[in-house]
Amino acid sequence: MITFDRVSKRYAEGHEALSEVSVEISQNELVFLTGHSGAGKSTLLRLIMLIERPSRGQVIVDGQNLARIGNRGIPAHRRNIGVVFQNHQLLFDRSVYHNVALPLVIAGYDQREVGRRVRAALDKVGLLARERALPITLSGGEQQRVGIARAVVARPRILLADEPTGNLDPALSAEIMQLFEAFNQVGVTVLIASHDLALISRLHHRILTLRDGRLVSNRA
Amino acid sequence: MSALDHKSRREGASTSRARLRHRFNGWLTHHRLSAAESLARVLDNPVSSLLTWLVIGIALALPAALDVALDNARKLSDKWDSPAQLSLFLAATASADEARELHRELQERPDIAAVVFVSREEALQEFSLLSGFADVLDSLDNNPLPDLLLVTPAPEAGPVAALHRELSADPRVAEAVLDMAWLERLNTLMELSRRMVLALGGVLVAGVVLILGNTIRLAIESRREEIVVVKLVGGSNGFVRRPFLYTGLWYGVGGGFFAALLVAAALWFLGEPVARLAELYQSSFELGGLGIMGSLNLVVLGGLLGLAGAWLAVSRHLGRIAPR
Ligand SMILES: Nc1ncnc2c1ncn2[C@@H]1O[C@H](COP(=O)(O)OP(=O)(O)OP(=O)(O)O)[C@@H](O)[C@H]1O
Ligand SMILES: [Mg+2]
Repeated sequence: MITFDRVSKRYAEGHEALSEVSVEISQNELVFLTGHSGAGKSTLLRLIMLIERPSRGQVIVDGQNLARIGNRGIPAHRRNIGVVFQNHQLLFDRSVYHNVALPLVIAGYDQREVGRRVRAALDKVGLLARERALPITLSGGEQQRVGIARAVVARPRILLADEPTGNLDPALSAEIMQLFEAFNQVGVTVLIASHDLALISRLHHRILTLRDGRLVSNRA
Repeated sequence: MSALDHKSRREGASTSRARLRHRFNGWLTHHRLSAAESLARVLDNPVSSLLTWLVIGIALALPAALDVALDNARKLSDKWDSPAQLSLFLAATASADEARELHRELQERPDIAAVVFVSREEALQEFSLLSGFADVLDSLDNNPLPDLLLVTPAPEAGPVAALHRELSADPRVAEAVLDMAWLERLNTLMELSRRMVLALGGVLVAGVVLILGNTIRLAIESRREEIVVVKLVGGSNGFVRRPFLYTGLWYGVGGGFFAALLVAAALWFLGEPVARLAELYQSSFELGGLGIMGSLNLVVLGGLLGLAGAWLAVSRHLGRIAPR
């Protein structure tokens, strides 16, 4: 589903954030991505959603070589990927409902269908009662779950998450990981960047470890 | 090809058509939503929106009002144009009888409204009275002035120039003078004014586009984070652009509306004194306004300028906002 073939990424400042990374993630897999701060986890995810382009090597997503996608094709590519961001990226002047609905509105669903799907997604993350709330009135964990609902609402085949449990307590973190496992069980490919080693090693999924931009371990 | 194959192919075509229709509906829905949401945003800040509308309204009202004024001036000068007077200086060889006969001939013509005969004696008298050269003129042996016929063409007659040509050719007429110099001056002046209004209008229209471009740029800046989020979850450039184009449209349409309102108010303000002035000149002149179509045109023009300004801002600033 996601293939990295000797991918390097050097930012304009000259620092090599990723070096010669090769990895294959198949459909139905849930994979963790870990490493110290600055190891290149976010960079790897950014390459998949074409926020950045690799300096060398190829990234192939769902059979498509990303080098072949021009700037005009980026929005359509992103619509096929659900992303949970390190810093939520919610719209703070819109209600929870409208935040979650955004990908569907972009994709042009009619309003009835949007309502149905948004409520289903909010139900899954346990926030159905808060659909009218503004994100600012929610706790950090609840905001994170709004982000997750938005990432899955359009039923993407790939789900990326960057530190989804960043500053949550252990119980809530475990709950959120269970949520990702549930999505994975219905056939979604999931890639989660996290440095909560204690949590992810308990979950028995493949773990990729980056150190200074190099893939140093790839164990199941 | 098997029947089954055929059937599934047809279904494929119809589902892709359904998907197309679904996408079109979604696109339409987003247009409606963007339009409504942009309008709500504009109305949410009534004071600043009103100021923007007024600025645009004034900038558009100025050339529009000048244009209306020119139209009125043209209407007035058209009225003066037709009954221009023709002065016929009769040949010195023409006798008094011949002069009277010509006078009668001209009076009977349908294309001539009035003829006034000024005999050379009368002319001399008048001249000596007005000029104060009475003594000098008295000492002259003979009157140097010719007989004069003042011809006023009928208003419904054709161009004065044709009449002028015809009468010049008459052997009894030494010279036919068409007093058109002031009219030409007026027309030249009008042409000059028209061009000045056009140039001023061009400058102000460019100003409106820039003002709107700047307003939209500020709107884009204030929603930068939202734009980033929308782009992150797959919003196309068109999707991101749409609400801002509608914002420009609403500002422009509102500005055009205020411009039409301002022009109408100015005309209403001037209407009464103009009517009184016309009465004093015993003229049936009436001040013309923009009319429904003119006002509508102004609103449409405002909308187009709004779109242009928004497009300018959007194409310059939206591309630069990219997720990091
Ligand atoms: N936009 C950028 N421009 C220049 N350098 C960058 C940029 N983004 C990241 N980097 C650098 O690239 C390296 C990898 O960054 P990245 O964000 O991928 O790390 P990370 O593993 O996600 O770290 P963290 O766990 O702190 O989020 C870092 O050294 C960082 O300074
Ligand atoms: Mg990171």
